[in-house]
Formats: sequence, C-alpha cells, structure tokens
Amino acid sequence: MDDGEHDGTFGMTTERKLGEVVGVNGNMVTVAFDRHVIQNEMAYVVVGETRLKAEVIRVRGEVADLQVFESSAGARVGDKVEFTGELLSVMLGPGLLTQVYDGLQNPLPELARQAGFFLRRGLYVTPLDEARPWEFTPAVKPGDSVCAGAAVGTVPEGIFRHRIMVPFGWPGHWRVTWVAAAGAYPITAAVARVSDGREERAVTMVQRWPVRVPVTAYREKLLPVETLVTQQRIVDTFFPVAKGGTFCTPGPFGAGKTVLQHALSRYSEADVVIVAACGERAGEVVEILREYPELEDPRTGRKLIDRTIIICNTSSMPVAAREASIYTSVTLAEYYRQMGLNVLLLADSTSRWAQALREMSGRLEEIPGEEAFPAYLESLIAGFYERGGLVRLHSGETGSITIGGAVSPAGGNFEEPVTQATLKVVGCFLGLSRDRANARRYPAVHPLDSWSKYPSLSDADDLAFARRILQRGHEVDQMMKVVGEEGTPLADFALYLKSEFLDAVYLQQNTFDAIDGATSAARQKASFRRVVDVLRTPFLFADKDEARSFFQRLRQLFTDANYLPMDGEKYQALDRQTAEFLTAAKKEA
Amino acid sequence: MKKVYHRIIQISGNVITVEAEDVPYNSLAEVATGGRVSLAQVIRLDRRRVSLQVFAGSRGISTDSEVRFLGRPMQVSASPDVLGRIFTGSGSPRDRGPRLRDDLIDIGGPSVNPARRIIPRRMIRTGIPMIDVFNSLVESQKLPIFSIPGEPYNALLARIAMQAEVDVIVIGGMGLKHDDYLFFRNTLDAHGALARSVMFIHTAADPVVECLLVPDMALAVAESFAIGGKRVLVLLTDMTNFADALKEIAVTMEQIPSNRGYPGDLYTQLAARYEKAVDFEGAGSITILAVTTMPGDDVTHPVPDNTGYITEGQYYLSGGRIDPFGSLSRLKQQVNGRTRNDHRAVMDNMIRLYADYRETREKLAMGFRMSGWDRKLLQYGERFEARMMDLSVNIPLEEALDLGWQTLAECFQPAETGIKSDLVAEYWPGGTEAATAKDGNGTTPA
Repeated sequence: MDDGEHDGTFGMTTERKLGEVVGVNGNMVTVAFDRHVIQNEMAYVVVGETRLKAEVIRVRGEVADLQVFESSAGARVGDKVEFTGELLSVMLGPGLLTQVYDGLQNPLPELARQAGFFLRRGLYVTPLDEARPWEFTPAVKPGDSVCAGAAVGTVPEGIFRHRIMVPFGWPGHWRVTWVAAAGAYPITAAVARVSDGREERAVTMVQRWPVRVPVTAYREKLLPVETLVTQQRIVDTFFPVAKGGTFCTPGPFGAGKTVLQHALSRYSEADVVIVAACGERAGEVVEILREYPELEDPRTGRKLIDRTIIICNTSSMPVAAREASIYTSVTLAEYYRQMGLNVLLLADSTSRWAQALREMSGRLEEIPGEEAFPAYLESLIAGFYERGGLVRLHSGETGSITIGGAVSPAGGNFEEPVTQATLKVVGCFLGLSRDRANARRYPAVHPLDSWSKYPSLSDADDLAFARRILQRGHEVDQMMKVVGEEGTPLADFALYLKSEFLDAVYLQQNTFDAIDGATSAARQKASFRRVVDVLRTPFLFADKDEARSFFQRLRQLFTDANYLPMDGEKYQALDRQTAEFLTAAKKEA
Repeated sequence: MKKVYHRIIQISGNVITVEAEDVPYNSLAEVATGGRVSLAQVIRLDRRRVSLQVFAGSRGISTDSEVRFLGRPMQVSASPDVLGRIFTGSGSPRDRGPRLRDDLIDIGGPSVNPARRIIPRRMIRTGIPMIDVFNSLVESQKLPIFSIPGEPYNALLARIAMQAEVDVIVIGGMGLKHDDYLFFRNTLDAHGALARSVMFIHTAADPVVECLLVPDMALAVAESFAIGGKRVLVLLTDMTNFADALKEIAVTMEQIPSNRGYPGDLYTQLAARYEKAVDFEGAGSITILAVTTMPGDDVTHPVPDNTGYITEGQYYLSGGRIDPFGSLSRLKQQVNGRTRNDHRAVMDNMIRLYADYRETREKLAMGFRMSGWDRKLLQYGERFEARMMDLSVNIPLEEALDLGWQTLAECFQPAETGIKSDLVAEYWPGGTEAATAKDGNGTTPA
C-alpha cells in the first residue's frame, strides 16, 4: 500500500457478492455477508427502487458496517446489498476542468437537469462525458518504454495540453506496442497498448483511482521554495505560501475566511485551482458558480472557470459524502499535478470534514478523543496535508499541489483539536482574528500571531524591520490603553503611528476592488520598499497632533495609490506628490 | 408486513424497543396506551429489535401497549387550508379546526442542488430602520436574532411578521411559553396577518420530541408554498430550545457528547434546517429568521457559535434594540446598491458617527471634558437612538433615509459627515446653498 503499486481495482472479482441488511442507525448500515469483503469497498444498498451508494468502514465477524452516502430512510432489515469489489474511486480524464461535482464526483448541473431543484437520492451520473470526442495527439511510438504516469499523448483541454497517462497503478516498465493515430476519440477508446512481456493492456483517456490512496507515480518529493504568488500583500510579503506548500486559515465566523479563500482562488498564480466547498453554506459556492464563468483570468485571457474545478458538498448535503469530498478533491489535484502543473487546492472547511469523521466515529461507538473527535483525527489531517507537495515526475518535470485549508474552530478558539492538529503539519498559518474583522481591517489575518516557514518575496532585512515596527507599535498601543495618549512619549507615539500606517496601506487590502484586490509580485516588491523607506525615516514632530496629521496625509496618499493602476498617469502624478511630501518632511526634520 | 405488535421489550427515556419485522427506517408508528395514541418514529434497526422515539414521551406506556407501524415517514399537510391554522409539533390541530389530510408531504426532504441556486437579489422591506437601512434583509437569507433571555425578541418577530412584504408566514415555536404563543396568535389576529400565516407551536409543556419536529414541519410547508411561487418568511423561535431538545435526546440515546453536552452533529442538524432558505429560480423563495437565545450572553456558546457559521449574518438584540455593531447582514451588498443612491453612504456614515458617539459616551462617563465636537456627537447619538434604533419606529426605507439626512443636518456640517459632496448636494435638507455656506470651517475632526 505504500509505493503506489495499485491497479485501482484491488482484487475486483467478476462474481457479484451480495449481503443483507441486519441493522440501521442513521447513515450507518450493518450488513451480513457470506464471502469476503474489502475494507473501504463500495457497495450499494438496495432500498425499494433505489440503490444507495455506501462504503465499508468496519468489519466485525460476519457483519460489516457501511456508511451510506445518502439518507438511509426507508431501509429495512433484509434489504439486499451489492458489493462492488472496488474502492471508492474517481474517474480521471479530460473534461474535469470547469466541472462542478458533489463529494462523490457526480456533476451537479447534470443532476439538476435530471432531477430539478432538489438532489434525488440514489441518482448517480458518470462524471465525464463519455460521448464527447477529444483531439488526440500521440507522444510515443511503438517500442518506447513507459511507466505509470508517463504520457502516451495529449488532448487540448481549455488552456492546457491534457496528458493521457499510463494508469498510475500499473507497476514496473511497459513497452508501447501500439499507439492510435492523431485524431478525435471518445475517452473510453483505447489510444495505446502497452506490454510488460507477460500481458498487454490498453490505455484509454480515462482511468479510475481510489480516492483514499495517494498517487505516487513520481520520482521524488522536493522541498517547496518558490513562492506561490497569491496577490494578497499580507500573504505574499509577510506569510508567504510556497508552490507545493500547505497553509491553513483558521478563524471565527464573520472573520472573512471565505472571502479570503475566494480571493486566493481568483488571484493566485496557479495553473489549476480546485475549490472544495466542504460542509459550508451553499450560497458561497453559488457566487463562484455564477461569477467565475464571467470573470477573466488575467494570466491566460480565458475565463476563471476554465482553470477551476469545484467540489461542492455543502452543509445540508449528505455528511458521509462530505467526508469523501476532501479525498475526491485532493485526488483530482494529484491528477493535474502529474501533468507537471501547479495546482492549488482550497478546502473550506476542514473542520466540517473533521465533524463528519466525528459523526461516523460516534455511530461506530469508538472511544472518543478530545471534544469527541476520533483519536485518529490527527493522523488523518496529517495524511491529507501530506498529499500536497512539490514533486519531480519521472519525466524530470516538476508539479505541485498547494493545499490551503480553512478551519472553523468552535467559539473562535484556536486551542481546539482540529486547529491544533492542522498547525502541526502545515507550513504557514494565516490566523484570522475577530478583533481585526470587527475593526474592518481586512484581510483579517493577524500580523503578529500568524507565521510562515516559506521564503518571502521581499527583502529579509526589510521584512524583519517591518515586523519589529508592528510588534513595537502593538506594545505602545497596549501601553496607551493604560496611560492614555497624554502619558505616551512622542517618540513612542510616532512609532505607533508608523505601525498603523504600515497596517493601513500595506496589510489591509480591499478584495472587492479590481486593482487593490490583486497586487502583483513586482508591485508588491516596489510598494513594500517604499513603505519600509517611510518606516526607516526618523521624522521629527513638534507634537502628537502634527504627527497624527502627517501620517493621516501620508496614509491617504499611499491608499489612493493602491487603487490606481501602476502604469497610469494618475499614479505617476500621485507618486511625485508623495515624494515631494516626504522630501519636505525630511527637510524639516 | 405485520402491522401491529404488542410486546415492548425496552422502555428507556422516550425510546421504546419492540421486536418486529420488515419495518422501514425512519418510518412512523402509533403507540396506543389506554386509549391515548401517540406517534413514534423508528430511529434504530438492529435485526428484529426496532427502537422508536415516542413523540408524546414514554410515560404511561406499558410493555403490552399496542404498536401499529404505518410504513411511511412523518408527513404534514401542505394544502392551502393550512393558512390561518395552528398546529402542534406533530401536526395535530392546536386551534379548534379540523385535522388536515390533503396534500400530505414528507418532512425533512432532500437538499436543494447548489447548481440550481441563484445569487439573492431582492430585499425584504420590514419598516424597521435598523434592518432596512443598516442591515437589509434579503430574500432567501437565513438570519438568526442573537439575544439574551428577557429581550423582546418575540415582539420583534411578531412585528416583522406583520410588516414584512411576503406572501406567506410560517411560524415555528419551540419551547415557547404559553403566554408567548397567545401573544403571537393575538398579535397576528389583531393585524389581520393570521390569514396568511401558519403556526407550528411546541410549548414548554409539550413533549420534548415534538420540539424537534417543529422546524422540519414548518420548513416542509414553506418549501411547498415556495415551489408554488410564494415568497415565504419562516420565523423560528427559539432555536436554542431546539438544540437543547437535540441534546436531551442524544444523551438519552447514550450518544457521546462533543461540546457542553451537545451532540457532535449539532452543526449538521442546524445546517440542514437553515439551508432550506432558498430562492427558486422561476418560483418563490424561503427566508428564515430564527431567534437564538445566548445562554449567559455568550456568543461562543455552541448553539450561537454553530449558528453563526451557518447563517448569513445575525441581528444582535441588546438592550431592547438591534445593535448596529454586533449585527451583520452578509447579503446586504446584494441589494442596497439598488435601492436609492444614498443608501450605502447614509448607512456607512451614520454608523461611523454613532460609533464615535459611543466613544464620546465613554469619555463622558470617565469624566473627560467635552469638546464642541463631542457635544455634537452627543446630540446626534441621542437622536439616532430615538429615531432609528427604537424598535417602535415603523417607517419605509426612503423615509428612514430622509430622516437620516435630517438628523445629520440638525447636528453636523456637511463635511463633518464624510459623505461624498455630490450626494450632499442632492439630499442635504435645505439644499446645496445651506450645505456650501457652512463648508468653510467644516473640517472632519479626527
């Protein structure tokens, strides 16, 4: 199980294995079986006319416990259960981009077409269009040697050349015996045949992969160092995320977790973005669903939806499918990583996933850990984030998965199990603070509590200096609460104003503004340098009122600049005005 | 399937266990005890053992009580006849009207497909300035009213019910004091709103299991009307009682509690109800307002905490008023740009000035000297509270905006308000001359 030697079927048998329901408790169904069952095997519980998807989660003697991915209402003792012999898997192939799936990879628009306003129990639809032809270009010729994950050809999928790869679970080396000529084929057609000397297999454009097993068809994992530019200043400059890195955004409700996640999904310079809406409001997904087909991706000139896949298992959808949706998302991310792309996976929210685990654990009557979460919560969270990373593929190229998980801690208290387990395994912590949100300082990432282990875009000395100003400014602020403004020395007060200035013009960013909402790497470097110049300048003021009005004016100039395109005339004019203002101030000093 | 069983092998809390065959999960049964019949629902199947939750409670049930399986899930009538009617949590008439047996629909139906949802776009006018002007209620929104016990939340709900521009009102009362139930009924009746309302009322004296059914009954009826093209407002009070009922049942069922005794699926249970709020493209909509009392005024208590993660903002009722700082309508931006061009400016600046007033009040309390600006703020704050925040104020949005301008003009120079000059020119009472004449010394104080 540890070196990716899977064929994706795990001992699929041709004979149909059957079982019989002997107990029902919520969405957990206990089934008596006569032959063998496989842990995490898929099964269908036949309730009247409908077949409900379920997964084996525990086996005890002659009975297996299955979690049903839908409401189990109406199930009776004695109902038939069909085991499939296959693990819970997703279908990988061209056509995944732009799709909106539920946690089990059913395309939601297609479900809506068939069932209307409501989700219909037991209705499952093939994730990919099997009739649509794709223009195949071969990349190998007979006699070539290939291994799992190697491309035998490509098809154009929106912005990319989508690689048709040897299934990830085929072990060892294979020799190409035949490859299809360039032309249009549906995804199920064979486009190549390969042989390992013992057997010959056909490669189609589609393969299945069990979601709970990481794809490991690469040469090695590398250390993530290159910054993934998110165009959010506080992130890229202060708490950067690397391509292939992991980060988390815990925060109480109303602190702007979802707005931040949306900003990251819109503005990040990733090739593919996978949004996993896991157990949160449906309304939030609707904005993505309705707006991304309209919004342009400035990097490619295409629509944002063209690089996006949405996995949508919102809070009122079945809870077991919510648990699966996290794995479905990361498996899709691994698939695109195998093509040498940089993938960003945003999971909102991993707490809802953890709660789904807790619900099932409770039904299984397992001994609970802290706050009734299962004892294995930590290892599952670690396992999930460890599926991110930067890898070198067998072809020598690199590909990465960056994982960002929102965390919704109960009561906004970070001392709870999900936040703590997450902090142990991520490389960057963007802690959202209710105080900053209440003060309308967005994004409400706390500048003193957050941290990142990845290298920043900006100069390390400048950054350390800016951090010191923030820290000292905070201390002065605390002191002022006790002794009042009158009791604060002028020098301390100026320091405090500097930290407020940095906060206002650099850390805060208006995500709803087209210009201020997205600051490119180059602009961040230039703009941060100018802010630090101000921070380093020792201004002299006659009194506190003068200091305050000076920084108010300066703040206005910098904020106005943030809202202007950098190459415009207005920006240049403002730039000159700012320079003059600063020169005048320095002279006086 | 044999329908009637006589041997109850276990009675524990409100749950009875009977040996039976071929019983569908989640279906209903009638339990007859000495002439009294109560509904019960199958909550667990274990081979021949069928566990049922008895809605009326297990008191008085004997081991040879008659259990008759109905083979169908819980249903509620969604016929137009429900309007003007009052029911219990299990759907029996609470008024003297007849039992309804037409258009029965299952409760707790499936979730709306997210792909069929649309971005909300219509405002619901309530005549309450703190809602209409400052935190607009939007069709298909789900909003709780966070409140401590003792606040006039039921009076507020009743007012919204009477004044909101909707077609149908569904009221779900959970753990309601009998007095409050009578208050709702009498108020709606007196204002002629009862004819477009339906009420599902569980009072504090009723069996706790019925409390759990109230939101599902109310929302199933609401969904049916909404699909029929009606704009439905669902008012739930009090969801904390619902959560406490969940806790009580979960503990009886020996489930492992997660946080302060509440079951681990509290979030999912609440979300399943709140997510019923929806705007159906080409049909009606469901908007949900739900009272959530906060034990000890603690917003981090599991019930308000989980609610806050689910809902689209909250109204925070404090000191008999809707507090402008704790309250938030996450959807207001969808609608307040299209009401009147000064709506957002009035909203932002009046609140900012009111925040300044609060600071001045603190300074006053600490004995600091009041500056001229402070005195202006004090005057403004008092008028703001009387004209906007008082819950008895009932004026349309436009009038409220005009009143806002009037209040600003009485207390400040135009430039002190921080409102853009083109809006000042358009709306400042007394016209632009009055506005510009004063502009000379009108610097915005820090």
